[in-house]
This record gives sequence, C-alpha cells and structure tokens, in this order.
Amino acid sequence: MGMRRVILWAPLALFALFGLLFTTGLLKPSSSTIRSHLVGQKLPDFNLPAAQAGRPSVSSAALEQGGPRLLNIFASWCVPCAAEAPQLAQLRDAGVRIDAIAIRDRPDDIAGFLKRYGDPYAAIGADKDSSVQLALGSSGVPETFVIDGKGVIRHQHIGDIRPEDVPSLISAVQAAR
Amino acid sequence: MMAEAGLAALWLAAALAALQLVLTALGLRRDEALLSSVRPIAIAQGLLTLFAFAALIYLFLNVDLSVALVAENDHSAKPWLYKFAGTWGNHEGSMLMWVTILGLAGGAVAIFERRLNERTLIATLGAQAAISLGFYAFLLFASNPFARLDPAPAEGQGLNPLLQDPGLAFHPPTLYIGYVGLSVAFSFAVGALVTRDVGPAFARAMRPWVLGAWIFLTLGITAGSYWAYYELGWGGWWFWDPVENASLMPWLAATALLHSVTVLATRDGLRAWTVMLAVVAFSMSMVGTFLVRSGILTSVHSFAVDPRRGAFILALLAIYIGGALLLFGLRVGTVKEGSQFNAVSREGALVVNNLLLSAILGIVLVGTLYPLGVEAMTGEKLSVGPPYFNSAAGPLALILVALMAAGPLMRWRRDELKPLVRRLALPILLTVAALVAVMLLAPGIRLLPLLGLVVAAGVGAGSLAPLWGRNLRRTPLFTWGMVISHVGVAVSLAGMASEAAFTRETLVASRIGETHRVGPWAIRLNGVDPVAGPNWTAIQATIRAQRGTAAPILMQPEARMFWTPPTETSEAAIRTVLDGQLYVVIGKTDAEGRWQLRLWWKPFVTLIWAGGAMIAFGGFLALIGRVRRERRAQERLAWA
Repeated sequence: MGMRRVILWAPLALFALFGLLFTTGLLKPSSSTIRSHLVGQKLPDFNLPAAQAGRPSVSSAALEQGGPRLLNIFASWCVPCAAEAPQLAQLRDAGVRIDAIAIRDRPDDIAGFLKRYGDPYAAIGADKDSSVQLALGSSGVPETFVIDGKGVIRHQHIGDIRPEDVPSLISAVQAAR
Repeated sequence: MMAEAGLAALWLAAALAALQLVLTALGLRRDEALLSSVRPIAIAQGLLTLFAFAALIYLFLNVDLSVALVAENDHSAKPWLYKFAGTWGNHEGSMLMWVTILGLAGGAVAIFERRLNERTLIATLGAQAAISLGFYAFLLFASNPFARLDPAPAEGQGLNPLLQDPGLAFHPPTLYIGYVGLSVAFSFAVGALVTRDVGPAFARAMRPWVLGAWIFLTLGITAGSYWAYYELGWGGWWFWDPVENASLMPWLAATALLHSVTVLATRDGLRAWTVMLAVVAFSMSMVGTFLVRSGILTSVHSFAVDPRRGAFILALLAIYIGGALLLFGLRVGTVKEGSQFNAVSREGALVVNNLLLSAILGIVLVGTLYPLGVEAMTGEKLSVGPPYFNSAAGPLALILVALMAAGPLMRWRRDELKPLVRRLALPILLTVAALVAVMLLAPGIRLLPLLGLVVAAGVGAGSLAPLWGRNLRRTPLFTWGMVISHVGVAVSLAGMASEAAFTRETLVASRIGETHRVGPWAIRLNGVDPVAGPNWTAIQATIRAQRGTAAPILMQPEARMFWTPPTETSEAAIRTVLDGQLYVVIGKTDAEGRWQLRLWWKPFVTLIWAGGAMIAFGGFLALIGRVRRERRAQERLAWA
C-alpha cells in the first residue's frame, strides 16, 4: 500500500520541482553573450592535422610549451576574418606569436586566403568538423584566445579584432607570461 | 466599433465560462437539474469567442491603426495573406486564437458527444470551462488584443519578416489546434476522475480528440521542421532547440496516449496510466507554451518574449496541472483496476511502446531543462545540443521503431512468440539483406545512420504485414490508417539516416565565374544582382548547377533586407530532384568581390517530411474510420 501511495503522489512532487525551477528561471535576468567557461582553465586535449602540407600544426601539447601566444579561430570563407587580418599582422609585428585553427576549410582555400590577406600564423591546424572549436567553447569565427605558456586559457576575444583591441591583446599576452 | 464589439464578446464569453464552471460544480454536488443548461452555455461560449476572433481578423485586414496591436504588427503595404496571418503572428492575437479554438472545441464536445455517461460529460465541460477561464483572464488582464491607441499612427510597424512566409502563417494555428485537442483530452481525464468513471466509454469519447490533436501536432512539427530547414538557411532540419523540443514533447506524450487509449477502449486495461498520460500530454503543451513565451531559455525562435507573461502562464500551469495531479493522487486509488493481460500480447507490446515513448520524453525534457537547472544552481550558462539528444534518445527511438513492426501483428490478451516470429520472417530477412547492402555500398558509415537505414527497410516491410492475406476492400479504415502511419515512420527514418550519412557540404568565398564541387554537382557562380520586393530589397545570386553531363539548372538564392522593421534574412535556393535536394545559400561579400557560398547536397532528405505527411495522413484515415464506427454505434443505440 505504501508503495502505491508513493507512485500516486510522485507526479505531483516531480511537477512541484519543475515549478520551482521555472520560477527561479523567471526571476533571473538573462544575458545573451556566451563566454567560454574554459577561461582560466587548461585547454582540452586535442591534436589537429596540419591545415597545409609542410607547416606545423596545432595541438594542446604544443600550446603548453614555447611561451604565451594567441590562438586565432578563423576560416577562409569568413568575411570578418579577412577584416581582422591587418590587426593580426600588427600583433605579429609587435612580437606576438599567433597559432591558428582553420574551421571547416580546405588547404587550397586557406592558401588563397593567406596569400591575399597576409599570413601572420606560426602554425595552423585544420578542424574539419568544428569539434575542437566547440571543445574550446567557441561558438563562431573569428574568435581569439590568449593562451599562457602552460596551456591555460587566459582570455577570450569574441568577434573580429578591431584596431582599438590591439593594445589590450598585446598586454594580455604579456600578462600571461 | 469592431474592436469594442470584439472585447465585449470576450468578456461575455468569460462570464459564460464562469457560469459553466459554477453550474457544473453545483449540479454535480446538489441539483442535477442545473446540469441541463451546461451544454447550451458551452456552445454559446464557443460562438462568442469565434466572433471576437473574427473581429480581430477584420481589424487586421482593414489595417485599423487605432488599435494598438494592429499598429504594432500590421502594415498597409503587406500582402493580404500576411495581414490575415498577422492576426495570430503576435502574442495577443495568438492567445485569442488559442481561446477561440478552445471555445469551439468545448462547443463541439457539447454538441457531438452522446455516448459518454452524462455526469462525466458535464464534469468534462466544467474542466474545459476552468481552463478557458484562466486564458480569458490572461487575455483580458494581461494581453488585451483590442486595446486602442490614441493618437493613431500614420502607418503600422510591420510584421517580423521571418514570419512573412506562407508556411509559417499556418504553422502556429496547426500546433494550437493540437494543443487544444490535448486540453480536451485533459478535460475528459479530469471529468472521468471526478466521477470515478474511467473505462472504455471514456476512452472512446476521448480518442477522436487525442487522434485529432496528434494529427495536427504531427503536421505542425513536420511543417516547422521544413520551415526551419529552408528559411533559416542553416541546412539542418532539426536543431534540438528548446522551442522545437517544446513542440516535440507534447507529440511524444500524445503518441503514447494514442496507443494506451486504444488499450483502454478495446480491452479496458491501463486505466490509471491513460489518465496520467492525458494529464502529462496537456502539461507538456503548457510547458511548451511557457518555455516559448517566457524566454527563460535562449532560442533562435524567441520572437515575442516577455517574463511577466511567462509568470502568468506559469501560474496557470501550476493551477491546472497541480490541480489535476492532486485529483489524480486523491482519486485514482479509488478507480477499480482494469482487466489483466499476458506480457506477450498486443497490450504488452503497447505497454513497451508507452514505456519507450515516456523514456524518450524524459530524455528530451531533462535535456531541455538542464541548462535552466544548472543556471539556477551555479549561475553558469550552457546549452545542451545534438550530441546528448542523439546519443541518448536515438537508440531508444530505433528500438521503438523496430518494435513497431511487431506490435500490430500480435493478438490481444495473449500470444505466443513462435508464430509471431513466423509472421515476422520476411521483414527480418529484409532487414538482414538491407544490412548487407548498406555495408557493401557505403563502407565506413556511422553506426546510428547505418542502424537507421536497416531498421527503416525492415520496419517499412513489417508495417505492411497487417494487410497481408486480408481482403483489402473490407479492411477497416483505421487499420489502413495505422499501416500508413507506421510506414510513414519508416520512410521518415530512412530520410533522417540518409541525410545524416550522405550529406556533402562545401563552404567557399567565391568569385564570379568560379566553379565549386559539392557531392555529384558542379556549382558555378554566374553573377550577383540586386532585386527588390514589395517590402524588401535583396542581393540575388545566379548559380548554374550541373550534375555530370545532364542539362544544367539555374538557382537563385537571396539575402534579403526588410525595412520595417530592418532585418536581414537568407532565402536559400533549394532544388529537389528524385534522389535528394541541392541547397544553396548566399552570404556576405568582401571588399574584393568574393561572395560567401554554402552548398549542400542532401540525398533523400525529402523523405523526412514526406514520412511526416504520411504519418499525419494515416492518423486522418484512422480518425475518419473511428468516427464513422462511433456514429454507427450511436445510431444502433438510438434504435434500440
């Protein structure tokens, strides 16, 4: 009899729980920018194939050594990525090392893109299905992460890098030393 | 004048609903004589809501800008179809439409239902009145569609351009009819609990409403999926977005209910479970409405979001569902147990069907609400996506579909396994053949799509089995309906699996004159030109697509800019051929004249929606078959 009682009242109890959840959800103000929750944490393990033959690729192991740098998420089909190219060149000229991950891209398209807009990258990995991009907590292109020398994500820049963002990125990389 | 008349009709209808509820309560407790007036009141209430809705349509068609809602959502430059559809393309109008369908459904129950015990029927109408009252209050106090605006503006503010699409104009009404159908089923369940009269008569009275609701939900989800596919321009047909889940969950519950109500109607089994499912199905439609309207979950579909309205719907949800579950806890213990059955039997198969559907429903519900729970506990924002839903719900759905072939071949009460296996020999053989064929033709295919294709082949054949060796002309219409629906599930599954396994995608920044490959197609960007429509301007790409040496076809995807309100949308160009669809989207340009192009080749993707349409059509045949049989039974009753 006791068991039957429990079964009869369980739906109501469950429903009350949902009601509580909905109420708290309603009371909270919502914001819509989605930041990666990995900022301040170690990179997830990954090892991408090189995007272009004869050039180094990007892996979490490689990012753990050789000092702080930027990790730029881009694609040859992405128009804002072309818009931020001059700023990336400026960063490289200031001595910042930039590694990159090309999203859903092909080698000859990447080659064409780099030829046209300049090539600031020390290494490029190919992420054919966005899986590493998602694992990093990035939801679009372009995005740029500041990685310290130990493979920890220090900062996430969402969207294209504007000229006014360059100084703060340089200091973010220096601070990550 | 028209606005005031509509508002008056709404108030009057609300007063009648209150009267209907009070008379039901008094009549059932004290004076039976009061019950006789409940039916006419329900009918009058339905007519009044219809009048109010017609008044609002009139205001939208005539672009009466002195009404605030019209000024916000209408525009004189809009084609008439979208003025008409604009009536319910906004919060207030859609709530009025909901109330109207609810009122008409109540009237229809009052007119047509004759076989159910009179007290149970009246209790049902009382429950229906209680539901209506909540929504009248919502409309009249929190979202009055007829509020005037003084001074009236010179021009309206248009309609969300994403909604200016014939498919979407009829998408919300379809879902609403489905939701309201479930509310009627809910009312029947409450009525039966009130009079402790849970039996075959109750199940037969409720069944057409469940079936009708289910047909419309199926159509609504199918159309919504196709809309998202071609209008959003992302190439996907299902995103496990909260709003999509909100329409899927009531469908899952309704599908389970549809099958359990058959057990109750035919064999008088699963009494408490069926009542519970009716409550759950309606809860899911309310939860869905709440999630969509309150905006507590981030979704690409959130058009009209307002937390205060969310609070109102939440309150209604708490009263109705909490009340019904309370009644369930108090009363179901006193409802007698239904008849028993063997584990290997049609009933047994339907119980497994129900358990699997409930499990899938649970998985979708947990996945949809998980971000809400995490945010409430830790303040962290996250979203649950396809990896969770596909891997958790996919295998269960496959088992469910596989068992679907066996269920209809089993006998009621008790059956043996051996003869069942013999009846299933041919479908099993076909499944094995399909497995070998797919492994040979598409090596390296992933597991879930592989299983999908194989199960679809076997189940497609197995679902036809109930027709074997039968006189097809004397086979009842509802058996035809079941067979067509089940085959539709197999067809849809084949489309999903094929899309998942064989889709090819190419993303490029293309110069004019360049050629790209996607699957078997060579795609050449011939040119890009500006074009203009009634309330938008666009850039239109002209693309030549050629497959092998066949005659090339021209495709023209657009990126549109609407000006009231300023919004950009992407109009994909889609070409359907026998074995799939070519899907082309044009994006932005860079300074050097290169255009972003997204190209997809999706083999057999159309089967997904063709299957959905078959499922709904099968349901429609079953509904006609059931209603006809019911009518004949009523006539016999009248003669006896």
